[in-house]
Amino acid sequence: MSATVLAKPKPVQKANVVQKYKMELYLSALSAGFVFFAILLRGIATLPLDTSSLTSFQSWLNSVSDWIGNNQNSNPFFTFFINVIRDSIDAFVTGIQDLISQSIGNNASPLIGWLGIVVLLSFVAYTVANVRIAILVFLGLVSLGLLGFWQESMDTLALTLAAVVLALIIGIPLGICAGLFPRFEKVITPFLDFAQVMPTFVYLTPVTLFFLIGPASATIVTMVYAIPPALRITSVALHEVPWSSVEAAVSMGSTRIQALRKVQLPQAKRTIVVGINQTIMAALSMVTIAALIDAPGLGKVVVTALESLDIGKSFQAGLGIVILAVLLDRTTTAAASKVDTENSHLVSHKRHRQILLFGGIATLVALLISRIYSWAGNFPGTGLIGSDIARYADDIVNWIQLHFVSVTNAITNGVSYGLINPIQNLLTNSPWFVTGLAFVLLALILGGKKLAIISTLCVLGIVGTGLWSDTMTTLASVLVAATATVAIGIIFGVWIGRSKRADQIMRPMLDAGQVLPAFVYLVPFLGLFGATRFTAIMAAIVYAAPASIKLMADGIAGVPASITEAGIAAGSNKWQMIVKVQLPSARRALALSTNQGIIYVLAMVVVGGLVGAGGLGYLVVAGFTQLNLTGKGLAAGLAIVLLGILLDRITQAAAARSMLERTK
Amino acid sequence: MSTTSRFRRGTVFLLVATAISFAFSAGAPAQAAAAKCGTVNLADNAWVGYEADLAVVSYIMKNDLGCKVVVKNLSEQVSWQGFPTGQIDAILENWGHEDLAAKYITKQKVAVDLGSTGNKGIIGWYVVPWLAAKYPDITNWKNLNKYASMFKTSESGSQGAFLDGDPSYVTNDAAIIKNLKLNYKVIYTGSEAALITSFRNAEAQKKPMIGYFYEPQWFLAQVPLVHVTLPAWKSGCDANPKTVACDYPPYALNKVASAKFMSSGSPAATLLKNFSWTNADQNSVAKSLAVDKLSDDAAAKIWITAHPAIVKKWLGN
Repeated sequence: MSATVLAKPKPVQKANVVQKYKMELYLSALSAGFVFFAILLRGIATLPLDTSSLTSFQSWLNSVSDWIGNNQNSNPFFTFFINVIRDSIDAFVTGIQDLISQSIGNNASPLIGWLGIVVLLSFVAYTVANVRIAILVFLGLVSLGLLGFWQESMDTLALTLAAVVLALIIGIPLGICAGLFPRFEKVITPFLDFAQVMPTFVYLTPVTLFFLIGPASATIVTMVYAIPPALRITSVALHEVPWSSVEAAVSMGSTRIQALRKVQLPQAKRTIVVGINQTIMAALSMVTIAALIDAPGLGKVVVTALESLDIGKSFQAGLGIVILAVLLDRTTTAAASKVDTENSHLVSHKRHRQILLFGGIATLVALLISRIYSWAGNFPGTGLIGSDIARYADDIVNWIQLHFVSVTNAITNGVSYGLINPIQNLLTNSPWFVTGLAFVLLALILGGKKLAIISTLCVLGIVGTGLWSDTMTTLASVLVAATATVAIGIIFGVWIGRSKRADQIMRPMLDAGQVLPAFVYLVPFLGLFGATRFTAIMAAIVYAAPASIKLMADGIAGVPASITEAGIAAGSNKWQMIVKVQLPSARRALALSTNQGIIYVLAMVVVGGLVGAGGLGYLVVAGFTQLNLTGKGLAAGLAIVLLGILLDRITQAAAARSMLERTK
Repeated sequence: MSTTSRFRRGTVFLLVATAISFAFSAGAPAQAAAAKCGTVNLADNAWVGYEADLAVVSYIMKNDLGCKVVVKNLSEQVSWQGFPTGQIDAILENWGHEDLAAKYITKQKVAVDLGSTGNKGIIGWYVVPWLAAKYPDITNWKNLNKYASMFKTSESGSQGAFLDGDPSYVTNDAAIIKNLKLNYKVIYTGSEAALITSFRNAEAQKKPMIGYFYEPQWFLAQVPLVHVTLPAWKSGCDANPKTVACDYPPYALNKVASAKFMSSGSPAATLLKNFSWTNADQNSVAKSLAVDKLSDDAAAKIWITAHPAIVKKWLGN
């Protein structure tokens, strides 16, 4: 293959100390200038829009969605192309459901009963990971049955598996392309941003228009969210393979394809498995949203329990989702590290083979028993521990509400009056061109001309959606939530990064925070903090902080021992060690955790709209439920994406800056 | 134990029979369903009153008519979308939705109005009971400005907070407040859960609260919110959403079904057409579901056993 494909990464530019001071000066001048003009010109050109009013752009979006709705039955594109996709996905999902969750024919149980699934999956966990993981999977699956949600859990598993398999079939090949061809990566990146930041609520209704109500729609909605991590991480995995090894292979006469197959892919395997792990997590986080268009499983239980504010039951089902997530996460993580140490088995080869043989037979036996005896087919009982857990959760929440409500009310008011209101007033009362210019200048200082152009387009785009004022309302809450997330990320990240025990204690809680459906803790939060922006901010922190903490901890733990040892030799105490040595060395992780913190907070904007935060999140929800607001909901989703790209690119530029300074 | 030995003998046999058994089970014949009724696809919208209708109707369909009932959890708008595609056969409790009715009943003719459920829907403004007891005149809109400062929260600036719920419900509150010159600001809580939790807390903590609510609703059995009267509704006073300055119209809640399903001759179609009950009926089932936490079937059974005559009337042609 030609040399053009073998493009080399650009050399890194170096910044100098003088520039650094200059930049700090610029940044302070910019913030002072922004606040001055925002207050001086307050109330001018703030572009407010009533909740029920529409701009012409939003009405146009309405008519587009109407047109699609009216033509879906007559247009050959829809009747042929879409139907084929729908039918094949439907068949795929219902096939898996028949296998593990839905009773088929005149049998009361699915093809494989619970005992068969438990033994089979434990065995699979042993073969891809190790004995410890196999035991964990066994206990986890049994506890799903004891919770009283065996069938629901298997429905969720079936849908997740289907979506993940399809997401990987699409995501990994595209990810390889993106890893090989930088130009393709550039083209596809905005689409990935779009898929990850665009709130699902926006396309929930259109998807059911095309793919009808049923498994296909639920799977597609989940896939849209799950493909980006698969694609991105595969591409990163290929980038990480040292360029010299590819060059060596090519110079020794390999074709480019051979180099990919024999050199790059094997070396990238471990990171690709990490990508699979993230894809599974992303798919699981969609469980409750997909339930809004009739996806079966645990999400449906959560949504139905919410109707009557049944906190206990929604917690019970939420716990089931967390258990599934932990099982899938630990198995894939262990599988990833096993790929690393392929040849150094803990157990001897002979022993390993014996276990495989025994496990294989046991699995077959279990499969058959589960097929023949009804006690092994349908999980017996109606949940031994489920109702107890629900009752405890109820009691605890009630107790907290009874005893802490005056404290939580005081906190809500303190933060709202002291922090959120001033920031929101500044942003919503400032003329759009002042705030917009501030963003563009910030981008110019941090990232240069190109970033300034992107920012200009984002700002103008937001103005174009007609929702500038709502965007500023949302931005205020996002800023508060993101700041808190980053602060929590640093504090806990340093703690966990420095102590193995802290890591063991915190890790399950962090996982729970990431996959426990927000709907589960929203009602208790509403009880404590009311229908306020503060509740929305709290929910965003619960979801976003785990990612920030994990990345930060990873960075701290990754500081080379030579550096920390030098710090000890220089006589640093614990505090000096953290502030002067570890944090500066983990600057890259700090930047990444800030960036991801913001993106995760943005993902919760819509959930905020469900608990009183108003702004763009509310408009998205309203668009989902009201025909005449569909266009406005679309516009609000667009505004969230533009805001997301703006904040993402600016924080990434700041991160790149700080890394340059470090290399200096 | 006898089971143990049965296992051991069985194991050998089972191992041999694996493939055969799986091959056969895949092609197992479907259960012989009552051919008369077949499958009925019912939308399940997310409020407990609807759930009560659904529980009773689907119980009768399953047990008296031998139908296979498929329940689909959907929002209102998405439920209507199911009519042209044949994925939804009936919506059991519809609140207005003129735009959707115009699109699917009048224009596309894929859905038909099955008439009233017998339930009277009331939408309006409500305050927490302790507040109405302490300030009896607060239930007249003319006095609302007098109390506005009491309703101020961190979310409402200098005005009183007026709480709205799920955005899919019909509301004119922002326009009403503006046109009646009330010193209030609409706070969009965004969900029914948020609205009910707010009302419940306000009553428990004796805090002032005013907001949008509706009847029939199970929550009113727990916290009997008090209705605030707005200028009375007259036909046409809410025609223009920008100038509306009157109360909400009374809603005759109705059933909507797929035109194709209604002409299919299914006995379930007759049941859907005849189904009609009172607010008290619905509330009693809703209470079994939401407060006593019974399953749909258990709650339906209690009501059905107590009202055999009504059920018989529904089933008669």
